[in-house]
Amino acid sequence: MTSRLIGLTPSRRTVLGGLAASGAALALPARFASAQSAAPIKLGFQLHRTGIGAAYGRWYERTAQAALKLVNEAGGINGRPVEILFEDDGTDPKRGAEVMEKFASQSNCDAVFGALFSHVVVGTAPRAGELKMPYLVCSEGHHVASGKMNRWTLQPGITDVKSQVQAMAPWISETLGKKVTMIFPDYAFGHDHRDAFVPAIQAAGGEVIEQIAIPPTETSFTRYLPRIPAETEVIYHVMVGPAVLTFVKELGEFYGSGDRPQIFGFIDSLEAVNIASPGLEFLEGTHFWEGHCRYLQEDAGEHEAAYRAAVGVDDTGASLSDAKDVSTYAHMFSVWETLFILKAGMEAAGYQGPADRQKLVEAIEAMTDMPYGIEHPQGAKTFNGKTHQVFGLQYISKVEGGKLVKVHTTALEDGMYPDEADYTAMSF
Amino acid sequence: MDFGPFLLLALMEGLVTAAVLALTAVGLALVFGVMRVVNVAHGEFFMLGAVAAWFVTTWIPGPPALGFIAALVLCPLLVASVAALADTLVLKRLNYDPDATIVATIGLLYILQQAALSLYGPDARPVEAPFTLRVQFPWFGYSGYKLAVIAAAAVILAGVWLLLARTKIGLVMRATQIDRETARAFGINVDRVYAGVFALGAGLAAVAAVLIVPIQQAHYLMGHDPLLLSFIVVIIGGLGSLRGTLVAALLIGLSDGVISVFFSPTLAKILATLFVALVLVFRPQGLMGRRTA
Repeated sequence: MTSRLIGLTPSRRTVLGGLAASGAALALPARFASAQSAAPIKLGFQLHRTGIGAAYGRWYERTAQAALKLVNEAGGINGRPVEILFEDDGTDPKRGAEVMEKFASQSNCDAVFGALFSHVVVGTAPRAGELKMPYLVCSEGHHVASGKMNRWTLQPGITDVKSQVQAMAPWISETLGKKVTMIFPDYAFGHDHRDAFVPAIQAAGGEVIEQIAIPPTETSFTRYLPRIPAETEVIYHVMVGPAVLTFVKELGEFYGSGDRPQIFGFIDSLEAVNIASPGLEFLEGTHFWEGHCRYLQEDAGEHEAAYRAAVGVDDTGASLSDAKDVSTYAHMFSVWETLFILKAGMEAAGYQGPADRQKLVEAIEAMTDMPYGIEHPQGAKTFNGKTHQVFGLQYISKVEGGKLVKVHTTALEDGMYPDEADYTAMSF
Repeated sequence: MDFGPFLLLALMEGLVTAAVLALTAVGLALVFGVMRVVNVAHGEFFMLGAVAAWFVTTWIPGPPALGFIAALVLCPLLVASVAALADTLVLKRLNYDPDATIVATIGLLYILQQAALSLYGPDARPVEAPFTLRVQFPWFGYSGYKLAVIAAAAVILAGVWLLLARTKIGLVMRATQIDRETARAFGINVDRVYAGVFALGAGLAAVAAVLIVPIQQAHYLMGHDPLLLSFIVVIIGGLGSLRGTLVAALLIGLSDGVISVFFSPTLAKILATLFVALVLVFRPQGLMGRRTA
């Protein structure tokens, strides 16, 4: 009786219609027909849609969608279509772990990737380990390579801070100056910079004479600037979050156009910000680390144009549809590359379903060379299965005429360091 | 850097904080003084002012100064009308019951925050300063705009004082504050006064936000800090005392500047909170508040 009340009793006609429709639906993905199961592979994407990582989140989602389109057009993974479920973590470690939980128990995802902010990764990874869910992070923290995570957490799409600063320290000390003052955020990501850069600059014949740690909630920075010692030759800044533009502007007000130390910044301080914004004129002549050059360079590789078009970014790094919407170009390649690594890993493991998750991790651990190509548009990489960490090229750019122009490319070996962990020896 | 220049920078930074804080806290103190409403959504009115300033300056073409002046006029009006609406639709219907209004303004806080998230998005966006002037001291440079913020806040606060002390509007507000029933008996439309006071309080927060947004950027979560600091200022100054609020704003602003520069911003926050505790223990009515019977 109840079923009639809410109209659920199916008539023979609708049943037949439904059967026909589902038959048609099954027949549709003809290019996926070779798979044992035609059900889509489901990937969870831990997205910083709100919170201090929002600007990254917006572009990470676009990059993931662009890579997904390419993967599906080429036949998906193991002949099955791929779906990505995006879930906002608010750039919050606690919500990060909850999102992981949801991907595993409600959505039954095959693997999870995406997260950038190191505190979210550190907050989520233990849960990924407990749930036995492959967790491919697009972060830069040294926590993966240092062995603090677990066997299920990998960082195959982007180099870590230790590798980045070690590769660039000799150039900084030789080109810009020996006495360095560091300004960095007072949490994991900033601490990685501190812990890795201080010895790296020492090894390169320089010295860090002052370290200024800034709490992540700070919105005004002028009060920290007098702590920069007068004898400073290079200011090394790496700030992230909504207040970065304020930081750089205040640095400019403090020094003006007169005598000032050389300035070397991580582009994190200006991701998603137009270099030609008012108040940033003083950045002219300063240097930046870039994971991937935002402005199209003269010697750009052959896949650069296709990648830019796919993610919807023009030659200046802004959105094709809105010139004011500047991308997080130096980091977002990691999302693209991670999806292709997932594809390669699943194909190598003959991945069929959640029961094969361990095989997937082992397949990725077995990877070594990742040659330059449309799957790796940032450059060639080497993956270290023991530390779950990838190594690659770094770029140093100089602001010239309001644009970032590449002046130095590190070698792959510059960023290598001895293993600090062996995840392959850990149990699943 | 030598001690002298260091102190100068600290004092200037402290004055900027004090100026913005005074505007925001006076708004909160007014609402509490006249209406006895603890407005937990005050920080969101601040945020709304900043976000609205971004919209106004983006839409108005021409030199940045033009858009900024338009924002300085339009945004407080807009925020004030939202506040007046909230007063009429929500607070009035609760009969200004102290407990109920706290809960209602907490609700308002979330509504405004989520509305900003939906309409404006999660990004922090910059608003261009009306002018770019860099004051070069012998030891360091400082933003001329920040100095202008201090002056503007002083002028606006003087205006608020004139309004309260020298005009009929102020007289009516004070009458309503002292005795709502008697004021009503004398033909004062108390509902309109309350809506006006709530709007004025929110408007002052919005003015502060428009002034700060070229320094700090607009973000949908930016209301937390001004709310907390305003409460600290209002409690230290004495609930309902405007003079006390001003003195406390200067005290907290300057100590924040000096302690942050010489020691650490976290220590400045710790000391401010400690000071609130001490005031509550030894002088519960605040530095300049009157003890209520």
